[in-house]
Parts: sequence; structure tokens; C-alpha cells
Amino acid sequence: MTTLPTTTTTKLGLVIDLDTCVGCQACVTNCKEWNTGGHSAPLTDLNPYGDKVDGVWFNRVHTFEYGLGENARTVNFPKSCLHCENAACVTVCPTGASYKRSSDGIVLVDHDKCIGCKLCSWACPYGAREFDEDEGVMKKCTLCVDRIYNENLDEVDRQPACVITCPSKARHFGDLGDPDSDVSKLVAERGGYDLMPEQGYKPTNKYLPPRPRKLTGAAIGAQESLQPVKTNGKGFLGWVDKVLTR
Amino acid sequence: MALDHPVEGDGVDTSPTVADEVKYTTCYMCACRCGIRVYVKDGQIRYIQGNKNHPVNKGVLCAKGSSGIMQHYSPARLSKPLKRVGERGSGEFVEIEWDEAMALATDWLGAIRKTDPKKLAFFTGRDQSQSLTGWWATNFGTPNFAAHGGFCSVNMAAAGLYSIGGSFWEFGEPDWDNAKYFMMFGVAEDHDSNPIKTGISKLKARGAKFVSVNPTKTGYSAVADEWIGIRPGTDGLFVFSLIHELVKAGKVDLEYLVRYTNAHYLIIQAPGQADDGLFLRDADDVPLCWDQVKGAPAKALDPEVSPALTGEYTVNGKQVIPAFQLMAGRYLDDQYAPEAVAETCGLTADQIKRIAAELAHVAFEEAIELPIEWTDWAGRTHKTMKGRPIAMHAMRGISAHSNGFHTCRAIHLLQMILGTVEVPGGFRFKPPFPKPIPPNPKPAGKDGGKANTPLAGAPLGFPTQPEDLLVDDNGNPLRIDKAYSWENPLSSHGLMHMVITNAWKGDPYPVDVLFMYMANMAWNSTMNTKGVMEMLTDKDPATGEYKIPKIIYSDAYASEMVAYADLVFPDTTYLERWDCISLLDRPICEADGPADAIRQPVVEPGRDVRGFQTVLLDLGARLGLPGMTNEDGSAKFPGGYPDYIVNHERMPGIGPLAGWRGENGDQHGRGAKNPDQLKKYVENECFWQGHLKPSQKYYKFANREYLDYAVEMGFIGHADQIVLQIYSEIMQKFRNAARGHGTVKVPEQHRARVDTYFDPMPIWYMPFEEASVDTTEFPMHALTQRPMYMYHSWGSQNAWLRQIMNQNRLYMHAGTAKAQGIADDDWVWVTSHHGRIKCQVRLIEGVNPQTVWTWNAIGKRKGAWNLKEDAPEATKGFLLNHLISELLPEDKTGAGNGYRYSNSDPVTGQAAWFDLRVKVEKAAADEFGESSPQFPVLKRPPNMAESPDISRYGAQFNPDRNGGKPVENSVVVKQTVGKGAPEPKPAAQPAPKKEGV
Repeated sequence: MTTLPTTTTTKLGLVIDLDTCVGCQACVTNCKEWNTGGHSAPLTDLNPYGDKVDGVWFNRVHTFEYGLGENARTVNFPKSCLHCENAACVTVCPTGASYKRSSDGIVLVDHDKCIGCKLCSWACPYGAREFDEDEGVMKKCTLCVDRIYNENLDEVDRQPACVITCPSKARHFGDLGDPDSDVSKLVAERGGYDLMPEQGYKPTNKYLPPRPRKLTGAAIGAQESLQPVKTNGKGFLGWVDKVLTR
Repeated sequence: MALDHPVEGDGVDTSPTVADEVKYTTCYMCACRCGIRVYVKDGQIRYIQGNKNHPVNKGVLCAKGSSGIMQHYSPARLSKPLKRVGERGSGEFVEIEWDEAMALATDWLGAIRKTDPKKLAFFTGRDQSQSLTGWWATNFGTPNFAAHGGFCSVNMAAAGLYSIGGSFWEFGEPDWDNAKYFMMFGVAEDHDSNPIKTGISKLKARGAKFVSVNPTKTGYSAVADEWIGIRPGTDGLFVFSLIHELVKAGKVDLEYLVRYTNAHYLIIQAPGQADDGLFLRDADDVPLCWDQVKGAPAKALDPEVSPALTGEYTVNGKQVIPAFQLMAGRYLDDQYAPEAVAETCGLTADQIKRIAAELAHVAFEEAIELPIEWTDWAGRTHKTMKGRPIAMHAMRGISAHSNGFHTCRAIHLLQMILGTVEVPGGFRFKPPFPKPIPPNPKPAGKDGGKANTPLAGAPLGFPTQPEDLLVDDNGNPLRIDKAYSWENPLSSHGLMHMVITNAWKGDPYPVDVLFMYMANMAWNSTMNTKGVMEMLTDKDPATGEYKIPKIIYSDAYASEMVAYADLVFPDTTYLERWDCISLLDRPICEADGPADAIRQPVVEPGRDVRGFQTVLLDLGARLGLPGMTNEDGSAKFPGGYPDYIVNHERMPGIGPLAGWRGENGDQHGRGAKNPDQLKKYVENECFWQGHLKPSQKYYKFANREYLDYAVEMGFIGHADQIVLQIYSEIMQKFRNAARGHGTVKVPEQHRARVDTYFDPMPIWYMPFEEASVDTTEFPMHALTQRPMYMYHSWGSQNAWLRQIMNQNRLYMHAGTAKAQGIADDDWVWVTSHHGRIKCQVRLIEGVNPQTVWTWNAIGKRKGAWNLKEDAPEATKGFLLNHLISELLPEDKTGAGNGYRYSNSDPVTGQAAWFDLRVKVEKAAADEFGESSPQFPVLKRPPNMAESPDISRYGAQFNPDRNGGKPVENSVVVKQTVGKGAPEPKPAAQPAPKKEGV
């Protein structure tokens, strides 16, 4: 069993906007290309050119429909490790390989200590762990720990790969432990929420709900239909009969 | 946000070295052409990131661009020229040296050029160098050139260029920063890729309303405020109904119409006469309007006139009516009332009425004004820029129907009556657009091509009158694809989808060499795939020769088409090449300024491959083509494509790149050649961008400062106002010819067709396939969409992208399926009038109930792209292409005498992919599990290593984890030094001689 830090003041994490995620998978493959050469390299792909292709991915987008008929919504749902405060994947780890950093709250795996028992993937309620069959170790989102502090990168690039690449600006990174951070303010403003809060894992990552849809004329201040213009008894185009200038 | 280094003590290296160097270039993972930064470490690609300074993507990068590493290291890369030795289609090749390959091609092409250049059909697919390839065809002397636009989106391009002087996507964009209402029609999640996503995000953050009109509810439609799940091919009717509502309610921007469109032009009403439907003109040929104040005709463009938009007048004995009245009269008709069209469109009348009311509200109650002073074409200064903040965008869903030209024109008409073209919050042109309507060059090749003689101009252009068509004295087509003939007069991108069929038939004549680049015509880029594969291998029984005698093909990868070539030129990957994204071609400009870009080699090929453009210039020199040869017969561009990019001039001072021209590299647009130009591009992150002044940014078609600037830059020939065309006199001229007027005779067979479809104002008609097949037998529409993470057939060779999807399903409305006893995951037979396929369904709610659809180009032929034979792309994936005929069914009435027109728009020749009608039936239980049809397995080209069973790409960058040992069996290792792979070769791409890069 591995212990969690009692608390972390810095809680680095992601805020994901379900209003603007179009399901384009940019974050998915940009994560892959960064991380396959990064801290957990490689993100092995089995059968990359055949049937039953099976690769290690730290971030996946699930697209599904919710509801039926007129009320059906197509949902694009990105999901990666949520870096929980009560990370069951850590407490279940028999070797100390899975751990939560006290300095920033990132949950990582020490591959040298991992014995590949997969208890953590069973314990994770979000299915966010990725087992590398080839290497026999568990891998997962590192929150780009090798980018966010990296002095070899330009300062603006010191963010997770999934965040900098997102074309619809649906991903944000920051310190959710700081109520004054941009991400915390965004969460407050947009009603950001925890995934499955009732389970008690206290995920750091937050999701922003879709904004209300404008489905009526009234929603934008318009009428629901137009009235015919007065034609002054001059036929359908009588209203056009005014002096115009070029 | 800069984070302080944490004190964690867990041994994690939080500042690893990422790259030895970072090189800038331009993405080619789709047509969007974003700027990228490529991190190179130990000679291999570590990471590809969007360039935050680039005008297209501003730092972001999509799923395709982020998977460039796997595209670059694809095990399907070709590595050496190939010569066919077995039967065509068998995939039996030998590798040959470049000298032999070039000699063979020179021999074949030289023989044609000396005798009959049109016997070369040169068609390039996803070519991003069309200003070079078209110019090459001109110099060769064949009119038979086009790129893929004819089967992509020419309806959209032509409708825009003949109506407003620009078009959606490449020539314009929504004003993402100011729009309050955004309507998107039929966009298949791309074109353009990143800017749309970023733009939608901006709109939503600002609280603008986003309406998506699309039969399918994926991608962008999924985040829209409102999804209008319209029935395919009926968008035009829907738009007419909106126009009907707006005109009836008087919600029309009359000032905008008289200032910027031809709404007030007087149209001659003389049925049966040669000038019927033409503009009334004065003795100087200047169009006239009716001055309300003076009660007399006046020059339509006179700034002092008070034009009438209604009324009937008699001028010089001619009855005339303003174009506006004709337009308004047409769409006020009850046939366009919401109640009349709703059922056909699959919508409700209330919904149509509400959308019209919303448009009117935003346009007229929420108009905006930017505090920017500007001067109009007549020299009058305006204190502000007024805008009606409604933006629209449309793409292939509108384009790929046989009524797409008129539908796209209908959308432009809607934009015009709302006054939303090129205003704040509306649709904005990207310089060099707007251009004169239509742009200037006419298609060359009226003489059909003469031996040893270049064409008089470019093969592609814009006809404005019947005299411009490429037909012989009897009105028969001169081009192999029948472009610019009476069958599709305004086919300004050619008809690539007809080339193989026509060449095989010898209709209008046989060709000797079919030369293609990046066009997978033996698979997903063609209609009637099986039939086309047979045509490619069909022989003349009398001679034993192939009916298409010789096929040269260039591709970087072992696509399905490679097996059908006699000679294969292996191209480089996009990270190994020089390229230019030119203003002469399909530019990457933004509404705020023009831009162009280059690609530079980021890594050396390590294979015996050459960039196609360099090969083409070399071939040109060997053939002695004028533009490519010096007077002494030596090659004009011995340094290949980079040499051409710098040193070619299309006109004095205008070359492929606009940036850093002039001897000192300080001129932009026009200027002398600069030998250091490529160096300047490399120093400037591989792109150049011009910046318009705020006063030039809107109303470009009538903005004095902008128009003068555009002339100075060489974008347009003169600075006259560009008048938007609600009424197209050009269309009417073709119609009048069909009615027997003028000197050019329209063959009897085509007269009714031209008369019907060359209406000067937008019309709607049922798509041809729907009109010609039994819709009871084929009750469903069938479409494709392109996923945001794939580009044509390239995507699924990519080890990462194919993990997102490697089997396409047939998406079907759950309710419709249930009624037929079809359950999720069932296999079904899908039948059209032309063919039958078997595939697996996925039931969804978010689709028009009468529509099935699938993802484009996921299905692969077994063995192609070096995928394993068991790859789901081949065993379970499928193409709708097998169901689509390149020819329409014979006219049921017998009117066509058995003639089968191409399955295209009658105005532009746009391939009507989305007209497809099908029936869907559940397959028998023992038929489940494999898609149909299946074809023999394609062989791997010689010396192409089998694709690996595992990829550990990236392990080589992590010395911690591997002790610095080389990593076996990764994708890269297998390709370059693994067993069976060819020895690395020195770079074949000639180094630029003068650029000093």
C-alpha cells in the first residue's frame, strides 16, 4: 500500500470545456506524440498496422450520444487521468510505484518500481490507466511533467501538449488549488464540476458543462416568425419604393 | 503561466532536452496548410507542434498534424522508381534507377508532344502546386490538365467566383471576432480544419448563436446551438424559403444592394430575342439602371444616381425591369413558402420561419459599427464600418450535389440581401480575393493543342460567354474530361472523375499517356471503383494493348493506385521537401492580409525518392519545354523546385512567392527575384504575411484603399469596384445560346439542359439521381463525411490515426433501422442503381432519418498502404464509391437518345457524390463479418519491408529507460536499417544552388 500526501497546496490539473470540444482528437494524438518520446517513453503500439491494433494512450476522446430523438445530444468527452486527491490508484499500489507528488499533486508511476500487477487500473474509477504490455509496466498521463517545468521550452510552451494544441480552446491548465488562478475562476464562472463526485475520489480535473443552447427566437431576442411588411397598397414590393442612394 | 520548479525529490527529469534543433515548415496532413515547428533529435523527429505565429493555425494543431511523425515514418513509403513488369494491376514491379525512369517518361511524353500533345492527360490530385503543374501543362501544350477540384468543391468555388468574387474557405472566412449569428451548411468537419474549430470556440465564448445545417450531427454540428438535420440536396429550397420570408417581411438591406450588387441593373425583357435577359447597356456598353429622381435611365455605377429596385420601364423601345424585382418576384412565389418546402426539406415550417426571423433580428436589430474610417470606391469617406453580424460558411455538403452550383449561389444571394458579405460580423474575403467576377483568364486550348507548341494560356479559367468554351465547330468537347463543353460549361476545375472513363472509351478521343499525381483513382477518389479498376486494365482485343496505353503515377506511398501504373515516381514525404504555398495558386491568406508559405526539408529522405515538382521540372527540361529550358537547351531550373520557386516569374516582378522580393529583399508582392528569398522565408518561420490597414479590412470590393493596394500587389488588374452579382448575365448568355441566339451553336442534344440550368438567378431542382431512379426502391440518401482526424486515404496508413478508427460503419437513424428490423452492429447490404456493398451498421439518433452515411476513405484494399491483410480497413471497412456511377442513368423519357451524362453538376461538372440513393437491407446471419466487395490482395512493392508488429517509436529518445541502447523493431529502425530495408541513399533532392539556405 502506498500513502497519499495528506494534502497538496498546489493542485495542477486540467479544465475541459464540453461546450466547445468538437471531438477532433487533436489533444489525443498530440499527447501521444509528445509522450511517446517523453517521460514514459515509449507509448507502445501493438499491431500498429494490422488487426487488433492496441496502443498506449494517455488521453482519449469518447464520442457518444445521450438521450433519444429530439433530445439526443452528441457528446465529445475527453478523458485522461484526473489526478485525484484521494487517488485509489496510489493507495492500492503494493510497491510505491504509483504515487502522488506532494509538490504539485501530479499522480505518476515510477516505472522502475512497477511490477505490472494492474491493481491500480482496477482501482481507478475513471479507467485512466494504460498498461504497456510490451514493457510490462503501467503508464498514465503525467500532466506533461516533462513540459510544464521544462526550461528548454519557451515559457508559453510550458503547458501540457493537449492544452497547447487544442484547436477549439477547450482545454485549460493551471493550479486548481489556487482560488485566484485563471482555471479556478473559469470553473467558478462556468459551473465546472467533478466527474462522479459521489465516489469521493476528489478529482483535480474539472469539466465545464455545455452552455445553454439557444433554440428559440426569444433566446436571442428575436421573434418566432416575421410579419409581412406593409405594402401601402402598392403590391408585394411596395415597401421597396423609396429613394435609395449609391 | 510559468511554474516554479517543485522540490519533489522523485528523480523525475522535469527539464529534459527535447531537440537538437527546431525547424519550421508547413503541414501537409490535410489541405489546411498550418505552420508547424518540428523538433528534431538525433536526426529523427521528436515532436511536431503548431506554430503560434502562423496566420492559419496560430499555434494549435489538429489530430492529423499531430500525427505527422507516423505519416513520415510510414512503412508504406515508396523508396525507388518502379517499372511495371507483370500485368497492370498485378503489382509486379522492378525497381529502376532515376535515369532510366526519366528516360522512359521523356521518351513516352516526347513522342506525344511532337505529334499530338492532347494525348497526354495530366491530372493531379491533392496537389498543392497547381500553379506549377498547370503551367507545366501549358508549356507541354495539352489542354488536358486539372487537379482534384472537379470532384471536390468546384460548385462552391465557381458559385462564389461567379457571384461575389470569392468563395467560402480558401477565398474567404467568417468574421469570427464580430459575428453574432453563424450558419454553417454541409461542412464535413474540414476545410478549413483548425480555423473553424478556433472560430467556433470564439463565437461560443461570445454568446453568438451557431446554427448547423447538416443531415448529420457530428463534430461541429454536435456543439451547435441548433442542428438543422436537413434532407440531403434540399438546402437550396430551405434557403429560398428564408429569402421568401425575408423579402415578404421587408427585411432586406436595400442600401447594401444598390451600392454593392447589381440589384438595380435593368434587365431586358424580350422573350425570343437575342438580348432577352441581358443587362440594358448604353452606347458605351455600360450597364444602366433607372434613376428614380430623374425618372430616366442612368449609368448603374454612377455614385450620384438614385436607383430604382422595382418597376417596369421602357428604354429605347425595350421593356426593362430591375434585377431586384425579378429576384424578389421569384422567391416571393408561394412555392417557396415555408409550408410548401418544409416536408421536402425534412424540416418544419415553424423552424424555417423562426430561422428567418432570427436572421432578420440579428441583421437589422443588432447591426454593429466599427469606429474605423474608410473611403469607398467613389472616394467618399465613411466615419464607421457598418456590419450586419451574420456569418455563413458552406462546403462539400452543398457542393457535392448536382444542384450544388445553384444552391451555393442561393446562399450567396441570402448573404447579399442581408448585406453580410465583406462587412464586420459577416463573411470576409481573404486577399487576393475579391477578384473581378469571374476572375480574368479564360481557359486555353481552343485549338485542342498543337504539336511542339505551348498552349496560349493556362488550361483552367473562367468562361464568360459561349465563345470561350473548349468545343469544336460542331460543339463537341475538346478536352478529355469534357470540361468547358456544353455538358458542363463552367467547369473551372475540370472533371477528374471522368478522365479514366472517357480515356478508356476513347470519348471524345483516346489518350496515350495518363499522368497523375497524388490521386487515388483506383480506389477512394473515383466513382465506380470496380469499373474504373477494370478500365485501367482493359485491353483492346485487336492489338492486345491497354486501352489506356501508358500510366505514369507519382505518390509517396503504396496507395491502391500504384499497382495500376506502368511507371512510378516515388515522391518524398512532406517533411523532406521544398514546396511553396503560393498566391498564384491556392493561398493561405487571412481576411486581414495576404500570406504565403514554404516547406523546407526538415530531415533527409534516406530513400531514393525525389519531390514530384523537381521531377516535373527535370522532365520539362528533358522535353525541351519552353519555360523550363534555356536557349542553349540546358535546364532553366537545375536546382529543381527550390530553384524554380525563387527564379520563376509569372509576370515581371511576380513569382511563386510574394515575400522578400527585390534585390535587397525588401519588397513584397511585386519585385525582382531575390536569390536569398528562401533563406528569408526560413528565417521568418517559413511564411510571409502582409497586413492590411484597418481601413482596408472590410468592404474590400468597394474600398478605394484596398482596391489600390490589390492592384499594386498584382492581385487584380484594375481598381474598379467589384459589383456582386445577384443576377448573372453570364449565365443568361449561355441560356440565350441554347435558345438559338448568337454565333455559337449549341448541339441540339444539350439545348434543353443548358436552357434549364443556366438560369441567371438561383434555382432549385431535385438532384439528378433522385430524379432518375425509383425513390421507392431506393428510399435513402447516402453520404460520406471526412473525420476530423483523417485526410482522404492517407490517414489509415498512420499507426496513430488508425487507432482512432480503422473500420467505418454505416451510420443509420435508429428509428429507421428499427422499422426495418435492423439492430445495432448488424451487417447490411446497401444497393444503389449501380452497385451493391455489404457493411456493418451503427445506429444513431443524430442523423436525418432518410439518410445513411459513413466516413470517407477508411476502407482499404487488402495489401495496400502496407497494412496487414487482416487490417479492419480491408476486411470490414468499405467504400460507398462502389455504389456511385460516374454516369447518370439514361433519361427515362428517352429525351437524351440514350446518352448518359456524367454524374455531375450541369453547370460546373462538380462530381455529384452526395446525390446517391440507396436501399439498405439486413444481411443473412452467415454473411456477417466481412465487407463486400473484396478484391485480390495487392502485393507490396519490391524491397518494401513488411510493416512491423510493434512500434516503440519514441523509446530512442528516452535514454533513462533504455540505457542508451538502440531500440529494436521500432517503426523507424525497421524502415531505415532493419532487415530487408533498402540501404540508406544519399539525398536525391537537389540542393538549392543559389538560395544559400
